[in-house]
Amino acid sequence: MSMDVLLQQIANGLVVGSVYALVALGYTMVYGILQLINFAHGEIVMIGALTALVTANGLLSAGLPSVLALIISIFVAMVVCAISGVLIERIAYRPLRNAPRLAPLITAIGVSILLQQIAILVFGRNYFSFPELIDKTPIQIGAITVTMNEIVIVVTSVALMAGLIWLVHRTKIGTAMRATAENQKVAGLMGIDINKIIGITFAIGSALGAVAGVMVASNYGQAHYYMGFMLGLKAFTAAVMGGIGNLWGAMIGGLILGLVENVGLIFVRGDYKDIFAFIVLVAVLIFRPQGLVGEKVAERA
Amino acid sequence: MTAMLDIKKLEVAYGGIRAIKGIDFHVKEGELVTLIGANGAGKSSTLRALSGLVKPAGGTVTYKGKDITGVPSHALVGLGIALCPEGRGVFARLSVHENLLMGAYARNDKAQIAVDVDEIYTMIPRLKERNFQMAGTLSGGEQQMLAIGRAMLAQPKLLMLDEPSMGLAPLMVEKIFEIIRLIAKRNTTILLIEQNAQLALEHADRGYVLESGEITLQGDAKVLLADPRVKAAYLGG
Repeated sequence: MSMDVLLQQIANGLVVGSVYALVALGYTMVYGILQLINFAHGEIVMIGALTALVTANGLLSAGLPSVLALIISIFVAMVVCAISGVLIERIAYRPLRNAPRLAPLITAIGVSILLQQIAILVFGRNYFSFPELIDKTPIQIGAITVTMNEIVIVVTSVALMAGLIWLVHRTKIGTAMRATAENQKVAGLMGIDINKIIGITFAIGSALGAVAGVMVASNYGQAHYYMGFMLGLKAFTAAVMGGIGNLWGAMIGGLILGLVENVGLIFVRGDYKDIFAFIVLVAVLIFRPQGLVGEKVAERA
Repeated sequence: MTAMLDIKKLEVAYGGIRAIKGIDFHVKEGELVTLIGANGAGKSSTLRALSGLVKPAGGTVTYKGKDITGVPSHALVGLGIALCPEGRGVFARLSVHENLLMGAYARNDKAQIAVDVDEIYTMIPRLKERNFQMAGTLSGGEQQMLAIGRAMLAQPKLLMLDEPSMGLAPLMVEKIFEIIRLIAKRNTTILLIEQNAQLALEHADRGYVLESGEITLQGDAKVLLADPRVKAAYLGG
C-alpha cells in the first residue's frame, strides 16, 4: 500500500465523514432531548436533496448562475426540512411523549417508510441526476486529488458544526435545550416552554440534515427516494459510536466512520464498503456501549 | 385583606386513589406559610397541583384573584410564581451559573439579570466559589442552595419550596433556613412544604398540618409549635 493511496483515502474519508457527522447531529440532538431514535431522520435528508433538486433545476432553467442556484436551493431545502421535522414531531411523536419508549421508536420507523412512499408518489422510483452546481474538476493538492465540491462539503460542515456548538453552549436557547434534555419537568418550572424547545431541536437537526442531503446529492450527482436509508443508518451508527446524545460524539463518530470506511477500501472491494459501518457499530455496542465520548457526570443526592 | 394564594376544595387523584381530599388553605402577601405533614400525607401532591405539574381532580387555585387551576407550569413563572422542586432538580450538566440563568429564563432584562445573579452570589457565597462548576458536582446542600437561588432569579412574588431540608445534614439545614429567612425578609411570600415540622414552624408565620390528604390542624405557627397534638405527631412528644 502506498502512502499516496492512504492519504487519498483519508481525504475521501473526511469528506464522507463530515456528511455523516452532519446527519448524526440530527439523531443525537433528538435523542438527547427525547431519548428517541428518530429513524425518519434519514428520510429528512432525502427530502432535502429532492427539494434542492427541484429548486435548483427550476432556478437553473430560469437562467440563474449555479452558485446562486446552489445557495437558494440549500436554503429552501433547509426550510422545507425544518418544517417537516417540526410537523413529524408534532403529529407523530408528541402524542406518544408519555408512552412506553418502544411506541415512538416503532412510529419513527413507520414515519420513515411513510416518507419514502410519499417520495415515490411525488417523484417515482427514478434516480434523478442532480445538476452540477459546484465545479467537480479534480484539483491536485500534493499527492491527493479533490474537487471543489468536496472542499465545499468539508468547509460547510465544519462551519455548521461550529455554529451549532456555539448555539447550544453560548446562547440562552441552547442552554434551555440542554436544560430540557436533562429534566423536562424542572425546565418547565423555569418558564421554558419545552414543546417549543423540542420543536426548535427538530427544526435545527432537520435543517442540518437538509444541507447534508444537498451535499451528498451534489457530490454523487444523483438523488432518489431511497438515498436517505443507508446514509441515515450510517449516521445513526456514527452517533452511537460517538455516544448518542452527545454533540461532540456525533461529530467525532461521523468523521471516524468516514475514515474507517474509506481507509478500509484499500483492503477490500468497494462492494463491501458498507460492512465497515456495521462492524464498527457492533464493536462499539459490545466494548463501549456509552460511545467514545459518552461521559457520565456524578449526580449526588 | 384577600389572600395572595387561595386554595379551595383542592383534590388530587392518581388513578383511582385520592391523594388530596378537598383541602382549603391560603397564603397572604408577605407571609411565610408552612404546610407540614409526614411522608405520604400529600404535601408534594398539593404542590404539584399548585404548580401545574399535575391537573387537580377538583377544586380551585386562585392567585391574586385570578383562577390559575391547571395552568401549565411554564406559564406560572410569568405570573410571579416560582417552585423550588422536591429533590432540588438542579441541571447537573449545566454549570452553576447556567442554572441560575435558567431561573431567569422568562425575563428579558439582561442587565438586571446580571445584577440579580450577583446578588444571589452575595447572599450565597458558596455558589460564587463554584460558579463554573457543573451543578452535578455540588453537594446536596449546595444543590439546594442553587435550586433556591435559581428560583429567586425568576423574581417571584410567591416562592414555593418543596422539602428544602430533605436528606441534608443538620448543619446544612440550618444554612438553608437562614437563606429562606433572608428571602422572606425581602418581601417575598413563601409557601414552605416541610417534613421537618419543628424548623418549619419556628420560621413560619402560620402553618397547616396535612394528614392523609386532609388538613387536620391550622393556625399561628407558634401556637401550632406548642400544640400537644403537633408535638405528639411530629416533634417526638
